[in-house]
Amino acid sequence: MSERIKPLLGHRLFWPIAVLVVMLAANTIYRPGFLSIEMNNGHLYGTPIDILRLSAPLILVALGMTLVISTGGIDLSVGSICAISGAIACLHISQAPDQNSFVTVATALAMALGVALVLGAWNGVLVSVIGIQPIIATLILMVAGRGLAQLITEGQIITINSGPYRAIGLGHFLTLPLAIFIALGAALLVAAFTRRTALGMIIESVGGNREASRLAGIRSGRMVFLVYVVSAACAAVAGFMMTANVSSADGNAAGLWVELDAILAVVIGGTALAGGRFYLSGTILGALIIQTLTTTVYAMNISPQTALLFKAVVVIAVCLIQAPAFRATFNRRKRGTPPPPAPTPQRQKEEASA
Amino acid sequence: MSSTSLTTGPSWARLPRRHVPVLATLALLLVMYAIGVSQYRAFSNVQVIFNVFIDNGFLLVVAVGMTFVILTGGIDLSVGSVVAMTAMVSAWLLQSGLPALLVLVIALLIGPTLGFLMGCAIHFFDIQPFIVTLAGMFFARGMCTFISDSSIRITDGFWTTMAQHRIGDPGGNFVSVSVLVAFAVVLIGAYVLAYTRLGRNVYAIGGNPQSALLMGLPVGRTRIAVYTISGLCSAIGGILLSFYTLSGAPLIGIGMELDVIAAVVIGGTVLTGGSGYVFGTVLGVLVLGVIQTLITFDGSLNSWWTKIVIGGLLFAFILLQRLIGIRYK
Repeated sequence: MSERIKPLLGHRLFWPIAVLVVMLAANTIYRPGFLSIEMNNGHLYGTPIDILRLSAPLILVALGMTLVISTGGIDLSVGSICAISGAIACLHISQAPDQNSFVTVATALAMALGVALVLGAWNGVLVSVIGIQPIIATLILMVAGRGLAQLITEGQIITINSGPYRAIGLGHFLTLPLAIFIALGAALLVAAFTRRTALGMIIESVGGNREASRLAGIRSGRMVFLVYVVSAACAAVAGFMMTANVSSADGNAAGLWVELDAILAVVIGGTALAGGRFYLSGTILGALIIQTLTTTVYAMNISPQTALLFKAVVVIAVCLIQAPAFRATFNRRKRGTPPPPAPTPQRQKEEASA
Repeated sequence: MSSTSLTTGPSWARLPRRHVPVLATLALLLVMYAIGVSQYRAFSNVQVIFNVFIDNGFLLVVAVGMTFVILTGGIDLSVGSVVAMTAMVSAWLLQSGLPALLVLVIALLIGPTLGFLMGCAIHFFDIQPFIVTLAGMFFARGMCTFISDSSIRITDGFWTTMAQHRIGDPGGNFVSVSVLVAFAVVLIGAYVLAYTRLGRNVYAIGGNPQSALLMGLPVGRTRIAVYTISGLCSAIGGILLSFYTLSGAPLIGIGMELDVIAAVVIGGTVLTGGSGYVFGTVLGVLVLGVIQTLITFDGSLNSWWTKIVIGGLLFAFILLQRLIGIRYK
């Protein structure tokens, strides 16, 4: 564990922050106007604001994912849940006589959120009660969920014209995009629950050793169940934002690959995939890094698909930096001392959860 | 965690238990076929079965590679992208005028190389297979669009011959060359797993990596080998796909890894590793193929039903594996 307490350079957020700063600096050199923010019609505009706004859905999904991963699980179904929640909300609004009615939008959101909670509960039951491996349990909903979303939209793209709904993605509040506040609110809520109460510690203990936690009197199963429900709820809200951004629901494309981005954000943030420890601030930084990377690549006129190349490099770099084996090799070369004994229990656990 | 080990029956009862998922898949396949035949007259045509193989030959090849990986308890998310990359690279190289044979060799080398590198990262740096192959998936998919944003047509003589050549029986039914290649891969895969040292090692590592290591088995070499094999199978799959579509498209095969994993699981391979057969994987691919055929025959159902049904089947089979309690860690 000393590897974890004694990171390469001081604080554990050092590397994520350094990466973000380097990326922003590189962007500013490439395009001097990159960091400029201007006031227009009482709203702030500029690339940094755009990055914040566009990263909001990813931050939401990644928050839920952080909790799931910290229990040693993984949730692959978030992308499908985004698509389903967006589809349900848009379907309800599109059928309403007055799309701008606040009540209609609220009902649509409540319905979609309700369905998402049920889907999260389904994942939770599969993992905690039936005991299926998380990666497989959520794979089921990942595959079937896309189909469900397309079933809801009947394979079409539902376009809506609803002011209140669009506000979720594009609205402003206190000169800043509303989406930022929603993501920030969710982050603060999760942080308050996990860091101001014992909940976070309990989740980490379940992730560290589920059986031991159960024997210590923690209802491990219930905790595991809960994180999947929370993850689904976060994904649902992210789905509202994604569909509100474009005022349409596409069952096929909405939230595609967001689960991978979210896992990436969590890993960049320093949360180990094996579970047992989580860092919400790291996750948020990770999401910002990914969105900055995406924005940078788009700004350089590189296609979104090619952007995946850069993501691949980031994933490998981050994983190598975090891998104990890689650090051991690195440190051994530097100090000329024999490597520390292999971290067998952790390795076992990783293999079991892989 | 599992108390089922206490309730395992006498030795005569243990063997069938391992075969239950495969037998269930076989039963399911027969039931689905029977439904098809009873509902649609044209379904009993032999060509319908041949078409399932023609349409899913590449999937079958990729699934054989995935079976190796999953048997060791790992997972390979990069397969769909590697398939697309192989098809893309072949189309691109052919377009730039390289001879077909050389293109074939180059295309078949890229997949295993990537697989080898991923295997090394997984073994030497102890990073989870899930995340390494995710990076591989990003990389391969990025390479596709890096080569070209739009699809490239293949007009090469060898490729078109391979695509159009029909191998048939006197009744007029036929299969494509790809189907024969797929069968060859299946047979080799089944032979390697059942009768070679590598195959034994794959099962041993999937059963318990620690024990395998203590027994002196080459865990690292085997692990790297399975990802290389999976890469090779994906590359062959990519070539077959380029025969099938006669083009390389940057967005082809998105989500294929999930179909492949689903096929392997429905075929009875346990995702924690150590138990499963290539024969089961063939059945799994056939189940997916027959579902698609049934939905096509129906006409009123849309393609998204395929995903829902596959999800449902995935659930049913995982539940089945759980209930009969085979090798669950």
